Amino acid sequence: MHILLALVTGILFAGGLYLMLRRSIVKLAFGLALIAQAANLAIFTSSGLVRGEPPIIEAGGMRLAAVSSDPVPQALILTAIVIGFALLAFVIVLIKRAAWIVGTDDLDDLRNVDRTAT
Amino acid sequence: MLILLPILVPLLTAIVLVGCWTRPSVQRIIALGSSCVQLAVAALLLHQTSTGRIVTIAIGAWPPPFGIVLVADILSALMITVTGVVSVAVMVYSMSGIDANREAHGYYPLLSTLLTGVNGAFLTADIFNLYVWFELLLISSFVLTALGGGKGQLEGAVKYVTLNLIASVVFLTATGVLYGIAGTLSMGDLAARIPAIQHREILGMVAVLYLVAFGIKAAMFPLYMWLPASYHTLPAPVGALFSGLLTKVGVYAFYRMFTLVFPAMDFGMTTLILVISGFTMLVGVLGAAVQYEFRRLLSFHIVSQIGYLLFALGVGTPLALAGGIFYTIHNIIAKANLYLIAGVAARLGGSYDIRKLGGLFSAAPWLGILFLVPALSLAGVPPLSGFWAKLAVIRAGLEREHYLLGAVALITSLLTLFSMSKVWSEVFWKQRDSNPETDADPAQRPIAYQVAPIALLAAITLTLGLFAEPLFALVSDAARQLLDPSAYVDAVLRRAP
Repeated sequence: MHILLALVTGILFAGGLYLMLRRSIVKLAFGLALIAQAANLAIFTSSGLVRGEPPIIEAGGMRLAAVSSDPVPQALILTAIVIGFALLAFVIVLIKRAAWIVGTDDLDDLRNVDRTAT
Repeated sequence: MLILLPILVPLLTAIVLVGCWTRPSVQRIIALGSSCVQLAVAALLLHQTSTGRIVTIAIGAWPPPFGIVLVADILSALMITVTGVVSVAVMVYSMSGIDANREAHGYYPLLSTLLTGVNGAFLTADIFNLYVWFELLLISSFVLTALGGGKGQLEGAVKYVTLNLIASVVFLTATGVLYGIAGTLSMGDLAARIPAIQHREILGMVAVLYLVAFGIKAAMFPLYMWLPASYHTLPAPVGALFSGLLTKVGVYAFYRMFTLVFPAMDFGMTTLILVISGFTMLVGVLGAAVQYEFRRLLSFHIVSQIGYLLFALGVGTPLALAGGIFYTIHNIIAKANLYLIAGVAARLGGSYDIRKLGGLFSAAPWLGILFLVPALSLAGVPPLSGFWAKLAVIRAGLEREHYLLGAVALITSLLTLFSMSKVWSEVFWKQRDSNPETDADPAQRPIAYQVAPIALLAAITLTLGLFAEPLFALVSDAARQLLDPSAYVDAVLRRAP
């Protein structure tokens, strides 16, 4: 399972970066969404997977079972998902507006401001 | 309790400001008042920590290392104080230096959330919490970058947003992997546990991931491209706040992480950081040499100055770190000031293109004098603050026999002087061939609001230069705290009541 998730994480990162290197501004947004998910999956995987052992102390017990899943990474991911969602929403509005104003969806054309002489 | 205020005050201010959304004139006053309160709180915090005492609070009273702990040592308190100074300057400047359109669309609430994020990042001792503060200041800066933008500003915003989001993803990934091997997020706990961890190669990889993440945010070579592509599209007060604070939050993260969690020596990062610092200094200043857009020229200088700060971190001796912190403080103030001056020059001369400007010294001699203070300070001319900062950093470098980098630093300094004299001769000295096309807007508010903060920041630069000794003693203590993090670790893990 670790290996499978590690592979999926790698594929998501690679796919996201590939999309971001394309010239289409829409693919840029998709790419950002993918690598954000890849990061979440990386957190989930790297902190160790434990199956079917919720971190709940049994009735009458005093401490957790020796092996139980760690809730912290899931809390981190939840936070990161919420932040990532907000950022993605902003990015989509931004690129829609930018493509509208600049009049192109080609990233290579977004270089008006880079010329030394303006 | 005091340590919470630098975060709470701007946060509550933002909420109140959203409440009076339709009344920009009220927002101005509240935002300025809030900045003054922040500065006062920060000064009080600095006073408390200056004796070497480390102020902490555990949020929600969770026992460390499980909860988030806010910690103020000298470095944090200094950074918050400088943030307060810059924010007061920017708020006063905004009284007349920002257009009504931006004011009507949430300019002041966004500045407040940005300051919340900056202060939070300086205070937290939890690595994931640092990520959250980074995101808060990023999203505020994203909206400020795009706000009221025409073509150029939106293009800049796309680049700025994309590269900073990649940095965030790298940061998040590094944090996840680090939690996987260390099992903790508290920086104090990490510092205590990391020496015992066996997987050195994974730790090394995590350290490099952090180097990339903070490197993008701090605009170090070769990850700085987003900065000169976007900062020159911003209105002057926003540019001043960004150039002063945002990259320096990245630098602060460098100083904190690579002394506390990943002592640079242990991970073979020193050489890497030193090489990068040399390139950052040179590439930045060479980039600035060919620029004629006032703000774009200054953007390249931001990059160049980051090189000195990394050089100091790479050298890593007490003198170097003290010099680096001193440099950061000097740089925040001088850089923000130059952006504000660019804004006033554009208001008087009708353009940000320094070739089109000219004759400002006869039109406004006071602005010329005020420009010379931060400009010469940036180049490191004695007795201004930049001179002492450069002296300390370069001397520390030479003591550790980094002669080549010392030479690079000196050459960069010379080229900075060249760049500043170019601005001087183009903007202030040369005759102007055409009449300025200033927009004689009758609704324009008095220029005194724009000049006052410039004079204030110039006075601070002068004071730091002429009376450098007290601050230098303080940053030396801060450097000692960084290099011997045991007090910091103790403060994080065993909370004083």
